[in-house]
Amino acid sequence: MKQLTAVIGHIGSVVLLLLRTLSFVPTLGRQFPRFIEQCYLIGYNSLPIVTILTFFIGSVLALQSGHSMEDIGTKQFIGTLVGLSVVRELGPVMVAILIAGRVGSAITAELASMKVYQEVDALITMDIPPERMLVLPRLAAILVMMPVLTLIGIICGWYGGALVCQYTHFISISSETYFAALKAYMKNQDVIDGLLKAEVFGFAIVLVCCHIGLNTRGGPREIGASVTKAVVTSLILILVLDYFVTKALIPS
Amino acid sequence: MSTPSHSPVTGKTFGVTVTHLTKRYGRNTVLHDINLDIKPGETFVIMGPSGSGKSVLLKQIAGLEQPTGGEVRIDRLDAADPRTRAKIRLALVFQAGALFNSLSVYDNLALYPREHRLADEAGIRERVMHALSILSLEKAVKKFPSELSGGMKKRVAIARALVMEPQLFLYDEPTSELDPVMSATISEIIGTLREQTAVTSIVVTHDRLLALSIADRIALIMDGRIVSIGTPADFKNSADPVIANFLNPVIDLKNPRFKQLENNHEQ
Repeated sequence: MKQLTAVIGHIGSVVLLLLRTLSFVPTLGRQFPRFIEQCYLIGYNSLPIVTILTFFIGSVLALQSGHSMEDIGTKQFIGTLVGLSVVRELGPVMVAILIAGRVGSAITAELASMKVYQEVDALITMDIPPERMLVLPRLAAILVMMPVLTLIGIICGWYGGALVCQYTHFISISSETYFAALKAYMKNQDVIDGLLKAEVFGFAIVLVCCHIGLNTRGGPREIGASVTKAVVTSLILILVLDYFVTKALIPS
Repeated sequence: MSTPSHSPVTGKTFGVTVTHLTKRYGRNTVLHDINLDIKPGETFVIMGPSGSGKSVLLKQIAGLEQPTGGEVRIDRLDAADPRTRAKIRLALVFQAGALFNSLSVYDNLALYPREHRLADEAGIRERVMHALSILSLEKAVKKFPSELSGGMKKRVAIARALVMEPQLFLYDEPTSELDPVMSATISEIIGTLREQTAVTSIVVTHDRLLALSIADRIALIMDGRIVSIGTPADFKNSADPVIANFLNPVIDLKNPRFKQLENNHEQ
C-alpha cells in the first residue's frame, strides 16, 4: 500500500513538473541559446551511436529473416519485413532506449548534481524557476531532435538490411528488389506513426529524468542512485508506453 | 551601529519576523518554537555549534523549505510563498558558494540580470564588472568555478549576490573552510557591504570572531532552540556559562575522553 501511494505521489509530482514547465512555454524564446545547446547535446552528440546501432539492427533483422524466409520461398519480401519492423517498432524503440541510456542519464546526473550542490536552490532564491531554465529547453530540444534521430535511424536500419541482402550469399537480393518490396507495402502513415511513437518516448524520458534529477536529496552518492533510477524507470516506461501507443495507433 | 531602514544602493530593505517556527524531518525535530524579530537594516547573526539547526533556520527564512509549524514573514509577506521572491530581492550566499559550474564567473554574475531582463548587455556588463571590482575579482572574470580557490568562490558568490542589488542579504557560514586570513577578509567584506548598502543581513555562522565583529545583534542557537539574543557587548559580558563556554571554549586535556584516546594510542 505504501509503495502504491509512493508511485501515485511520483506520478502526481511529474504531472506538476510538466504543468509548471508548460506555463513557461511563452518564455521559450528567451531560452533559445539553451535550447540550441540541448539540441546539440541530445541530437548531434547522439548521432554516431544512433546510426551505428540502427544500421546493425537492420542488418541483423535482414540476416535472421533472410535465413528463415529463404526456406519458405518468400525472401523477396525481406524488404517489406525489415522496412516495416524498423519504421514501426525497432527504430523508435531502439533510439528511445539509446536516448534513455545516453541522454537521460546525463540529464539526471547534471540536474541531480545541481540539486545536491545547491545550484537549484540558488536559482530559486534568484526567482529563476528551475522548470523554465533547466526543464523547458531540454523538453523542447527532445521534441525537435527525437523525430530527426529516429528518421536517420530508420534510414540507416533500412540500408543495413539492404546491404546484408545484397552481399549475403544465401539471400542475394539486389537493393532494387529490396527497396521495391519495402516501398510496396509502406505507407506514409507508418513513418508518421513511428515518429509519433519516438516523440512520446523522448518526451517521457526527458520529463522523468528531469524530475528524478531535481528531486535528488542527500550527497554525491545519491547522484549515482538517481541516475540508475532514471535509466531503469525510462526503460520500463518506454516498453509500457510502446504497448499503449501501438494499440492506440493501430486502426480499429 | 545605526540601522537605517532604507538602503542607499537598493532602495528599500526589509525586516524579518520569525514566529513559533518549528521544523521536523520525519520524527526528528530540528527547530523548536523559534521566535525572532530582525529589524530593517540590521546585521543579525545566528550563531551556534555544528548541527544546532542554524542552516535549517536560514533555509526557512529564504523560503527554500516549508516550516512544519509557525511562519517566517519578510515585510509581512510569507517567506515560504514563492510569490514573495518576485516581490523582494533576496540574495543567499551559500556555504559552498553554489556557483553554476557550467558557467564562467562573468556568466554566473550576469545570470540574474539577464533572466530578469534588468538591462541590455552593456548595462549588465557594467553591473557585473562593478560587483567584481568591489570584491577585487576582475582577473577571475573568464574563469570557471572549478578553477577557483575556496576563498575566491565565496567572494564570487558574494559578488553574484551584489549584482542582484538585494533587499535582504543572507549568508550561510561565509567563513567556513577558509584560512584565518581569508576569514578576516570575508568578515571585512561583509562589514563593508553592511556599511555601504545598509541592507538587512542575516548571517549564520559558528565563527564567534565573525559574529562579534559584524553583528548588531546575535542569537545563540543550540539543539534547535534560541538560547540567548543580545548585542556583541551583551555576549562578551555575559556570565551565562553556556555563552561563555561557546565564546571561549576550554580544552581540558585531563578530560576522560582524551585519556581514553591516549591509552588507545599507547596500545
